[in-house]
Amino acid sequence: MYEGVVQNLIDELGMLPGVGPKSAQRIAFHLLAAEPADVKRLAHALLEVKEKVRFCRVCGNVAAEEECRICRDARRDPHVICVVEESKDVVAIEKTREFRGRYHVLGGAISPIDGVGPDDLRIRELMTRLADGRVTELIIATDPNLEGEATATYLARLVKPMGLKVTRLASGLPVGGDLEYADEVTLGRAFEGRRLLDV
Amino acid sequence: MHVAHLSLTDFRSYDAVELALEPGAAAFVGPNGQGKTNLVEALGYVATQSSHRVATDGPLVRQGAARAVVRSVVVRDDRRALVELEINPGRANRARLNRSPVSRPRDVIGLLRTVLFAPEDLALVKGDPAERRRFLDDLLVARAPRFAGVRADYDRVLKQRGALLRTAAQARRGGRSPARSGRRAESEAAFAAAGAGDVLSTLEVWDAHLARHGAELLAARLELVEALRPLVAASYAALAPGSVPVDLEYRGTLSTGSAGSGGSAESAGPAGPAAPAGPAAPAEPAAPAAVHAPDRAALEEGLRAGLLEVRAAELERGVTLVGPHRDDLFLGLGELPARGYASHGESWSFALALRLAAYDLLRADGGDPVLILDDVFAELDAQRRRRLAELVAPAEQVLITAAVPDDVPAELAGARFDVAEGSVTRVR
Ligand SMILES: Nc1ncnc2c1ncn2[C@@H]1O[C@H](COP(=O)(O)OP(=O)(O)OP(=O)(O)O)[C@@H](O)[C@H]1O
Ligand SMILES: [Mg+2]
Ligand SMILES: [Zn+2]
Repeated sequence: MYEGVVQNLIDELGMLPGVGPKSAQRIAFHLLAAEPADVKRLAHALLEVKEKVRFCRVCGNVAAEEECRICRDARRDPHVICVVEESKDVVAIEKTREFRGRYHVLGGAISPIDGVGPDDLRIRELMTRLADGRVTELIIATDPNLEGEATATYLARLVKPMGLKVTRLASGLPVGGDLEYADEVTLGRAFEGRRLLDV
Repeated sequence: MHVAHLSLTDFRSYDAVELALEPGAAAFVGPNGQGKTNLVEALGYVATQSSHRVATDGPLVRQGAARAVVRSVVVRDDRRALVELEINPGRANRARLNRSPVSRPRDVIGLLRTVLFAPEDLALVKGDPAERRRFLDDLLVARAPRFAGVRADYDRVLKQRGALLRTAAQARRGGRSPARSGRRAESEAAFAAAGAGDVLSTLEVWDAHLARHGAELLAARLELVEALRPLVAASYAALAPGSVPVDLEYRGTLSTGSAGSGGSAESAGPAGPAAPAGPAAPAEPAAPAAVHAPDRAALEEGLRAGLLEVRAAELERGVTLVGPHRDDLFLGLGELPARGYASHGESWSFALALRLAAYDLLRADGGDPVLILDDVFAELDAQRRRRLAELVAPAEQVLITAAVPDDVPAELAGARFDVAEGSVTRVR
């Protein structure tokens, strides 16, 4: 245990994903030794991201304005929506340059263990987007693990009555992993070889 | 195959030990509690990434140490593989193959194949169905390592589905309708019209996944049991000549007798938690006829139908009541079940016969597995001792532990190591 403010910092850092107590301590002491200007810049960046960045009201992707860059881009195909779990998956897919449609970010996957059900994801918003019948294909690019698969099955069943084409990325993605860890070539190929999801 | 080298760091009672081994028989001899089993347990861990003694990895790490490392050189057809495992209880283990990290530790399962006989094997006959399910699943993984993934997926589906059922059960008990699970109460027309957010609608998704993964596991188990049946019978007859014949039968929550098409597979509709294996339940799923070619699609359909049938009970109790996690491998001794009827000696012979059958099967797949006999000879009478020794002697490598030299049968005389107070010394 350290002096109040130091321990406080360690505790806060320790709440970040992937940062254990040891790392938190190391980062804290690094910051203590750093130049005040450097620390100010970090603090500013943290505050700024919270103030300025929000979630696109259409697709749920991180955005600097009401709508994200992709939703505002008129050149993107409005007939195809690719559903992903997180904003970082959008980044991964954009890198492949295989996809010219639009996205929908769910904000996670169905996982009863973690108390996440359909109501906790942006599925309602997706249904609203699909309601006008303009979208003809829904590509489900949730992670290639059990929860991602379950979410894909759930969505496919949900939209089935709407009669649009529902596809899933081809297998070949490392099973059990996160979409974001797949390399560009593999992910690009998975896009090209997507298959109809039959439920 | 054989193990040419074993090196332990902070594994069980060993802070550091290096052991050079060769093909043939080797005995580890020493008084109780000196670390004989710890050595062979480490080899079993290399093969299966689990211990035959404990369910969790914690006890494998030396008291006071943070992690254990097991390294072994496995030789198969003159090709050497260095398999290194770092055991980190409570966190992910790490593995290296020939000094390169592998992405998942389970990718090195099966590089070493072992068949381990131990006093704990008696539980195969006398213990709960879970012991026998584990026997089958471990063997599936040893034969085809991809089953480690199948098994892990099935366990994960069970956990997810269980969590959902418990939520639903709690909601029921709390007097709330289980229909809605989310935070938000308002609903857009499309969403509500589709019945989304409904516990039942997500349950159907988990049913589908449980049926798919469960059918894969179930089909593999059924096939395995068919392959084991003649081998177990033959091994038992060799161990205990003149005894009544033994038989195996896979008994499931899903009747497999009618693996026909189109949902005709009827569910056994279990009424209670205990799958009746004892004499009290002669009316067990009308003695499912031997299933020779389990049709996965039919099994999947059957599991789905089975789940639907017990849904009310599941929602009441918050547990998954149908699926391979509730099945059993029935062991029959003549007209009687072995469990609850077999004598001590008969139980031992049955357990040994199961392991020997596993050995035969693995050997037939190619690559003679390493045989490990932990303290088993002391438990057997002279005749069974001799027969077991004869049966295992042809293996490429046989490792034996015994408290006294006399417990090592003459047929298996070979290298000898004395084990005392955490050090291992070759004496022959
Ligand atoms: N995690 C651990 N840390 C330190 N010591 C341990 C650990 N786990 C087990 N031991 C010690 O190892 C010893 C048991 O070793 P082992 O089971 O290999 O004995 P053994 O030689 O096979 O004996 P027996 O002849 O009775 O079967 C015990 O003394 C136990 O206290
Ligand atoms: Mg022992
Ligand atoms: Zn957007």
